Amino acid sequence: MALFANTTVLLGKELRTEFRSRELLTTTVVFILVVIVLFSFTFDPSVGESRKFGPGLLWLSFLFAASLMLQPCFLREQNNDTLSALRLAVQDPFSIFLAKLSANTVFLLLTEVLMLPIFAILYNVHILAVFPQLVLVLFLGSLGVAIPGTAFSAISAQARMRELMLPLLLLPLLTPVLIASTEATSGLLAENPGLRIDWLGFLAGFDIVFLTALWLFGEYLLEE
Amino acid sequence: MTVQAFAPTGIRFENIEKRYGGLYALRRVSLEVAPGECVAFAGRNGSGKTTLLRIGAQLVRPSGGSVSFPGANGDELRGEDGGVKPPLQRPDAMGAPLGFVAHATMVYDELTAEENLLLFAKLQGIAEPGARAAALLEEVGLSERRGSLVRTFSRGMRQRVAIARALLSGPSVLLLDEPATGLDPEGITWLASTLRRMRDAGRTILMSLHGESEISALATRAIRLDAGSVAADTRARSDMRAILTFAGA
Repeated sequence: MALFANTTVLLGKELRTEFRSRELLTTTVVFILVVIVLFSFTFDPSVGESRKFGPGLLWLSFLFAASLMLQPCFLREQNNDTLSALRLAVQDPFSIFLAKLSANTVFLLLTEVLMLPIFAILYNVHILAVFPQLVLVLFLGSLGVAIPGTAFSAISAQARMRELMLPLLLLPLLTPVLIASTEATSGLLAENPGLRIDWLGFLAGFDIVFLTALWLFGEYLLEE
Repeated sequence: MTVQAFAPTGIRFENIEKRYGGLYALRRVSLEVAPGECVAFAGRNGSGKTTLLRIGAQLVRPSGGSVSFPGANGDELRGEDGGVKPPLQRPDAMGAPLGFVAHATMVYDELTAEENLLLFAKLQGIAEPGARAAALLEEVGLSERRGSLVRTFSRGMRQRVAIARALLSGPSVLLLDEPATGLDPEGITWLASTLRRMRDAGRTILMSLHGESEISALATRAIRLDAGSVAADTRARSDMRAILTFAGA
């Protein structure tokens, strides 16, 4: 019970501080927009090419944007040593991770859903008919990015060259998420769209495995 | 300030060592602080005061030795080389509600003073968090600025919020790392009177200080750390001044 009570309180804090400053959301939206627009202007893809390469490009831009978004997640807890205050206050330290990864998933998902219509217009793909399924893929993919991303953010916040450390640690690890999310999205944007259950299952499995690992070992990542 | 019920608790450091690579921050420090004692730690920069207090707060794992809270239901934290170490345990999970004030303010600049106190009160499961936060804001003299973002505060005002946060749970053990940082003379007088009330109520206080002040006058014991070891330890008031001012160090 304490875990969920603490997580709810902390999630409220994460959302309040972000929606007050809008630092992460603005940066991420602009980054993804720039990547999508630049690729569109550079390659001017046909409908067929968009279906083939669009999902990969979309998820690559989400992944790079996520590595930017996740960087300050624990770093800003160091400014005033607020992480120590949280460690002293919470009943279950896992609630710190759970709140942060929930907030990161919400921010990522929000950004992705905002970017989808722009992607659809620029790349001439139809998303309305498969929008709910797309949101499901985005959710599982974003969770797959946010769980290890939040853990590595805690590690890199204490490291030297921390700005480089997070993408270096995170991006190779997220290759399976990138492949699975891209394949699942490709299935939905194909001429005969369909939900690829195998890739969705893979994403769900990835999320469960990493969430369990974080639950078991996350507490050690918070120690000085 | 409303006096919160608490169980008198001391703190025991046994053979505490802390190494950062080959550098020793603390070397086999053993101390027993009885419930209700008010201990002032003095020492030059880098002598190990902050590390010892952070180990006491269970924020830093010692490389060796253990911390326990006699008088509480006293599980021990042991830092031993080798093997899988258990996670650090929160002092209040060990029966010792603990307040900690660090060099940094440990509060969020992007939240208001009231939001900060409410956040930490709710996390600690304090009953009626709103009333507790309001009472502490009144106590630290910030009730009129309760709705202002902490980032708009002066260093002294931030320190008052930091102290209010540490007092939220009515801790039986208070660890204060240079608590007068940023406070003006009026603030120091206020802090001294608050700590005096807490000491007189039987709460255990450990604080690191530089030099003599109204706050150091509250100490019932003074300890000087030097290069990570206890160099002097006295309860005699006549010797405290020398320890706090490093005379003869």
